[in-house]
Amino acid sequence: MEKQGIIIKVSGPLVVAKNMEGARMYEVVRVSEKKLIGEIIGINGDQVSIQVYEETSGVGPGEPVYPTHQTMQVELGPGLLQSIYDGIQRPLPLIEQEAGSYITRGIDVPGLDRKKKWKFSPIKKTGEKVEEGDIIGEVEETTLITHKIMVPPGMSGTLKDIKNGDFTIEEIVAVIEGDNDETYEITMLQKWPIRRSRPCKVKKVPNVPLVTGTRILDTLFPVAKGGAGCIPGPFGAGKTVTQQTLAKYCDAQIIVYIGCGERGNEMTDVLMEFPELEDPNTGEKLMKRTVMVANTSNMPVAAREASIYTGVTIAEYYRDMGYSVALMADSTSRWAEALREMSGRLEEMPGEEGYPAYLGSRTAEFYERSGIVKCLGSDDREGSLTLIGAVSPPGGDLSEPVTQNTLRVTKVFWGLDAKLAYRRHFPAINWLSSYTLYMDNLKDYWKNNISEEFLGVRTQAMSILQEEAKLEEIVRLVGMEALSPKERLTLETAKSLREDFLFQNAFDKVDAFTPLKKQFWILKSIIGVYNHALKVVENEDFNFDDLLKLPVMQKVAKCKEIPADDEERFKQLWDETERSILSLKI
Amino acid sequence: MQKEYKTIKSIAGPLVMIEGVEGIKYEELVEITTASGEVRLGKVLEAREGVAVVQMFESTQGVGAHGSKARFLGKTLQLGVSLDMLGRIFDGRGRPIDDGAEIIPDKKLDINGNPLNPYARDYPNDFYQTGISTIDCMNTLVRGQKLPIFSGAGLPHARLAAQIARQAKVISVDNEGNMAEGGGKEENFAVVFAAMGVTFEEAEYFTNEFKKTGAIERSVLYINTADDPVVERIATPRMALTTAEYLAFEKDMHVLVILTDLTNYCEALREVSAARKEVPGRRGYPGYLYTDLATLYERAGRVKGKKGSITQIPILTMPEDDITHPIPDLTGYITEGQIVLARDLHKQGIYPNINVLPSLSRLKDKGIGVGKTREDHSGVMNQLFAAYARGKEVRELAVILGEAALSDTDLKFLKFANEFEKTYVKQEEYEDRNIIKSLTMGWELLKILPETELKRVKAEHIEKYMTAKQAK
Repeated sequence: MEKQGIIIKVSGPLVVAKNMEGARMYEVVRVSEKKLIGEIIGINGDQVSIQVYEETSGVGPGEPVYPTHQTMQVELGPGLLQSIYDGIQRPLPLIEQEAGSYITRGIDVPGLDRKKKWKFSPIKKTGEKVEEGDIIGEVEETTLITHKIMVPPGMSGTLKDIKNGDFTIEEIVAVIEGDNDETYEITMLQKWPIRRSRPCKVKKVPNVPLVTGTRILDTLFPVAKGGAGCIPGPFGAGKTVTQQTLAKYCDAQIIVYIGCGERGNEMTDVLMEFPELEDPNTGEKLMKRTVMVANTSNMPVAAREASIYTGVTIAEYYRDMGYSVALMADSTSRWAEALREMSGRLEEMPGEEGYPAYLGSRTAEFYERSGIVKCLGSDDREGSLTLIGAVSPPGGDLSEPVTQNTLRVTKVFWGLDAKLAYRRHFPAINWLSSYTLYMDNLKDYWKNNISEEFLGVRTQAMSILQEEAKLEEIVRLVGMEALSPKERLTLETAKSLREDFLFQNAFDKVDAFTPLKKQFWILKSIIGVYNHALKVVENEDFNFDDLLKLPVMQKVAKCKEIPADDEERFKQLWDETERSILSLKI
Repeated sequence: MQKEYKTIKSIAGPLVMIEGVEGIKYEELVEITTASGEVRLGKVLEAREGVAVVQMFESTQGVGAHGSKARFLGKTLQLGVSLDMLGRIFDGRGRPIDDGAEIIPDKKLDINGNPLNPYARDYPNDFYQTGISTIDCMNTLVRGQKLPIFSGAGLPHARLAAQIARQAKVISVDNEGNMAEGGGKEENFAVVFAAMGVTFEEAEYFTNEFKKTGAIERSVLYINTADDPVVERIATPRMALTTAEYLAFEKDMHVLVILTDLTNYCEALREVSAARKEVPGRRGYPGYLYTDLATLYERAGRVKGKKGSITQIPILTMPEDDITHPIPDLTGYITEGQIVLARDLHKQGIYPNINVLPSLSRLKDKGIGVGKTREDHSGVMNQLFAAYARGKEVRELAVILGEAALSDTDLKFLKFANEFEKTYVKQEEYEDRNIIKSLTMGWELLKILPETELKRVKAEHIEKYMTAKQAK
């Protein structure tokens, strides 16, 4: 038996062991006779600090620690999709089979099914030259997604043998002879350390929006494919609903959803709902493109810390195949709290609010794993990884360290607002405080794919909403009567924007997803009313109620019910708007 | 073989450090015998080579560095559970205080429990009627939910909790709007009640309330009063939840767990954390407060393949009614909504003083509608919310501008808000309004408003439930 360390201290998830010469940072170890999974997070001479991913009660000094000489890894290969894992990639259904309803300790189940046979179809032929990242074969993982089998990073040479047929992930499907006569045997299973980002050829500047179908996000505050965004908000403001809506409707090809330290029932909801829901883009079941990582708030805190990395590594793997991947992490605050808890137990010098001083750099490292990249391999394919993290600031106070560190590295900020949520305005994203820094990158996309007019209409809508905030102050003080007709028009338009454009029911099947073109049409209809009305409100005998009573106003208010492919009806609506409003002039 | 150690090195608050120990385990139970022969329990909080830091569950009064003996029991804290616990009252450590016999355990369970596999959970979706309109109609409770009451000092949360415990039941409604109790099935129902750091009077109120209504037969009570040792408080809710899990998932009962007052529990955690010299988080509470609370709240729920369920109603008092204080804040992040009590309503003599606007039940959508309550439930709920919110805005406006400056519509909303508080929010302590009545009352109130303003309810429901009835 190999040399073992000896435990000298146990304090919650932190275990200190001695006799651990040769141990390396982030090496995985097995703690005590129960073989609990742990990871080395600090070394001092022959003593190491270990964070244990399972409950440590009943473990004591004197018990052994077994080194594994491996870092924390995830298993990558066919079978990831439709899976639901805990924070360290153990499939929850398997845990249930082994241990029943409760998660007990020392369960060792592999991340991927070892027995299942997958149909491997080769793409390259024997004798062809291949380099790292090249796709040598394909597996139909779900009816929606073809899993590409790639040459693992660091290997290249000539294909000596490639098979065709049904194999398990551990069977050899190809043999590569390296340029220096080494032989690489390739299986469909790859492993990758979770704390290291997977390599790519080159990172590019994102310039395509991630279409989410949520109007306020797509039109006002879009995030680019390959970008990073954050959703901070107090409890009850709808972070989770927003994240889930994104996971359901965004146009990424692969979704990785991380429930990090959140409610168990919420995860159950996702687990029960996703297999039923259909993807509006393809009509297939949503689950077929989804990987889930669930480490609920009552599951061990150290595994919560790891869950973010587990998820992002899986996401990067699909990115490397050339897919567009979106990762939702709900919530990164819980991850930061896990860092804080471990840091406290390590007796490190605390930074702000007890969080470790390295919170900022860890947050940055995580979000920087997003991006649109040219993948490894000779075919120059592109993949993207979009990261969207929810943040749960205590008391809704955005000045706290986790929010601030996140804002520093994300370019999109969707600020959720408790006041809007109380008014039952959903999504409760505050249009005044939210922002996106991708507008410049995405300008051309909008121009070329939606309309030349789009940017103008959007800017006008934003300024009307801004204006509303100011006017509301005045109304509160002196009443509606003090406003000029033009100002009243601004208020009415802003109300219409809020109620007919920004308000969106995530639980209504039709309303939950609006395609980009239709978003623009709705917005144009509302702004059209404003622009035409501007021409008449200054008339002396203009009566505001006449405008509100126009039948076309009702039609504009209901224009989101027009089917998404019926541009004609929108055009008719615009004509009618112009005609009937200008008729007030006489 | 268990050794006895006489090597207690230091004692600080609830923490005892013992030296020269061997073979100890983390979280192992420790029995300390004082010089006068009293036995106290504690658990290992930190196990180092040769040193154990022990956190006592009871007061350290009388424990000394000399003369006291420590024995490590080789097991973690377990609670003996049995069906005989129903109808009994225990202290915060699980010892009977009602002069009854000791419990002969059917099973011994670790009070910390194990995390429930999210995959093994079943989604809570059974409507749970509390008989209180503002909860049933507007912030619907479902079985398996954890819905805390955010209260403040001096507010009647105890009465509300007792009322819920008394009235809560599962009902079913058929298409014609006829109700049946118990969902037509024979249901086993139990209440587990844990009081942490409450005053003697409050504890008495609850026990009397339970005894008076006969509910005690189906209840298990854990009482840790304000003068009981602080550290016991940390074990109290865990005892209660372990009992609840046993009753729910092994004895197929539907268990309602009421925990009061979580603020005292968190204070106890802070006290122990400070004694351990840990780095504090916000307002001196330990950094792991979220995780710790989650291990309590997350023990609510339903499990696939099991008949029973655990519904939790934790009560906490918000210091200075501040909802951003760490305790309500972190609670809100874990629980599935919250019921917020309002001081101004209380001052106006309105009971239950539930402020519906910041209150929320996250699971309501799964528990209402056709087959659960009635088809118009969601519409009525949203309409009441929207109208009351608008009415309150108008009320603010009226303060500035005077009522004379309000439009007719605004005046109607103002009237609605007033009536809503007086007739809908307010109800008697022993008034058990069923859901159909709550909905009907909602429609009655909505009649105050012009029909054109009722945008959240479906036109056919207005026809069916409002206009048609009027015609009669």
